[in-house]
Amino acid sequence: MTDALPRFDIASIRDEFPILSQTVRGKPLIYLDSGASAQKPRAVIAAMVATMETQYANIHRGLHWMSERTTDAYEATREAAARLLNARDRSEIVFVRNTTEGINLLANSYGRGVLKAGQAVVISQMEHHSNIVPWQMLRDAHGIELRIAPISDDGELDMAAYERLLEDRKVGLVAITHMSNVLGSYVPAERVIKLAHEYGAKVMLDGSQAIVHRKVDVQALGADFYVFTGHKLYGPTGIGVLWGRRELLDAMPPWMGGGDMISSVSYERSTWAEVPHKFEAGTPAIIEGIGLRAAIEFVEAIGYDRIAAHEAALTEHALAKMSAIEGITIIGRAQDRGGVISFTLDRAHAHDIATLLDRQGIAVRAGHHCAEPLMRRLGLDSTARASFGVYTQISEIDALAETLGKIREFFA
Amino acid sequence: MFEDVRDLYSASIVERGRRPQHMRRLEAFDATAKGDNPMCGDRVQVWVRYEADGTIAESGFEARGCEISKAAADLMVEAVQGQSPADTKALFARLREMVQSGECPEHDAALVAMRPLAAVHEYKSRVKCVTLPWHALIGAIEGKGETSSE
Repeated sequence: MTDALPRFDIASIRDEFPILSQTVRGKPLIYLDSGASAQKPRAVIAAMVATMETQYANIHRGLHWMSERTTDAYEATREAAARLLNARDRSEIVFVRNTTEGINLLANSYGRGVLKAGQAVVISQMEHHSNIVPWQMLRDAHGIELRIAPISDDGELDMAAYERLLEDRKVGLVAITHMSNVLGSYVPAERVIKLAHEYGAKVMLDGSQAIVHRKVDVQALGADFYVFTGHKLYGPTGIGVLWGRRELLDAMPPWMGGGDMISSVSYERSTWAEVPHKFEAGTPAIIEGIGLRAAIEFVEAIGYDRIAAHEAALTEHALAKMSAIEGITIIGRAQDRGGVISFTLDRAHAHDIATLLDRQGIAVRAGHHCAEPLMRRLGLDSTARASFGVYTQISEIDALAETLGKIREFFA
Repeated sequence: MFEDVRDLYSASIVERGRRPQHMRRLEAFDATAKGDNPMCGDRVQVWVRYEADGTIAESGFEARGCEISKAAADLMVEAVQGQSPADTKALFARLREMVQSGECPEHDAALVAMRPLAAVHEYKSRVKCVTLPWHALIGAIEGKGETSSE
């Protein structure tokens, strides 16, 4: 499959990431924590620096050249994000700080403004805390029932059980991860959405992980809302996207009030700006927003087909290599999975594994991955997790596997 | 390969972490508290029984965590036996100083007994692994049921 595509030139891709030439504790950096946050290519860094050095001012309000130029650059990111998701219109792109803020916006606006007490929200057993806690807060404040769709031991959504949760037609919204940050599993998004719609529910996908690894077409999926964060997509921190279908966004009340989100203000009352500005109170992350466009264009220039093929090869190699190490247990065995691999190693605690790997220059995540309920479902306290990006090389996975073998001996 | 981590993962720490000598719930106790590191998921519970004079007769713990946190809890149980609550708090203050600075004063016998933990000062993200059981112990002494490393 890889052969049919133009060559994935890993060396020149790595050249775009200045940080990859850094050493850690005297050893070359092997960065296997992209699932927590990805490194940044030169184009992103350059776009942010150029903004501050050549064309910076506040946006949407200045009547001067600098402000107009900066506004254009910021709004060009909205266009790029709409293209990335194949949104129908750029006005459907709401800028937020990150996925967490996007979900909180939805819970507070759609949750309180559109959902009615007595309705239910469905999440799955493999959600990040950011897609659990806002719904619990909504449940407690607004009388919404929270339902949890179970997963199999392999880490796949139990579709039959999911459908049963929908059958009484009380569910107003399904808020579910598109790809687990712990197990690497994709949920079958099209089927999840189709079923939800049959029972009258809308669907929000948390795309924090998925959008990094595969093409997302919100219209083809039939989604209602899609949320992702910039910093996992090789972009800056502090900027993310909530996409929603225009008619849904139009029906939603604003969440935060302030400048930029109003049409007019008097002491008696205010009226709201049009979508998306209705949801964007205050001066946003201007420089980061401009940086996100560079990140999107970086990903588009490589192409999702090539990214997906590269990461599939990495994942297959890593699963084979790591499974061959005695004492390693891979957590999550979904058929449809991406380059996020959680594992345990005999009796070695995940934090001890992470510290020993770090001393060899290898960065992984260890802990509960902000998914404590999932950990309990799996009967685990913590796992170590290696996650891959466009710059990850086979040789780095080999180094990980070799070092894990030695860590096992160390704690034997 | 791991010579450079033998400072922290010394033979004594690894052995303590693997086979803690005091990891047990006290049947009869006067105080208990839980410690929680919400960032990493480590949890510990500490039980304390006092002598008539208010000094610590014995303590014990149960932990879900890494080798470092279990070793630290195990050493803690030995260090506080026979100590008054005030002395225990003072010792914790000195331990914190040691794990921040890496310095262990030779004249401080209680600290010297825990000296292997001083190496954690080179591993900033792991300092809380050492202090978590102490937070729980101090919480028990002060009558707080839940404590946090944060």
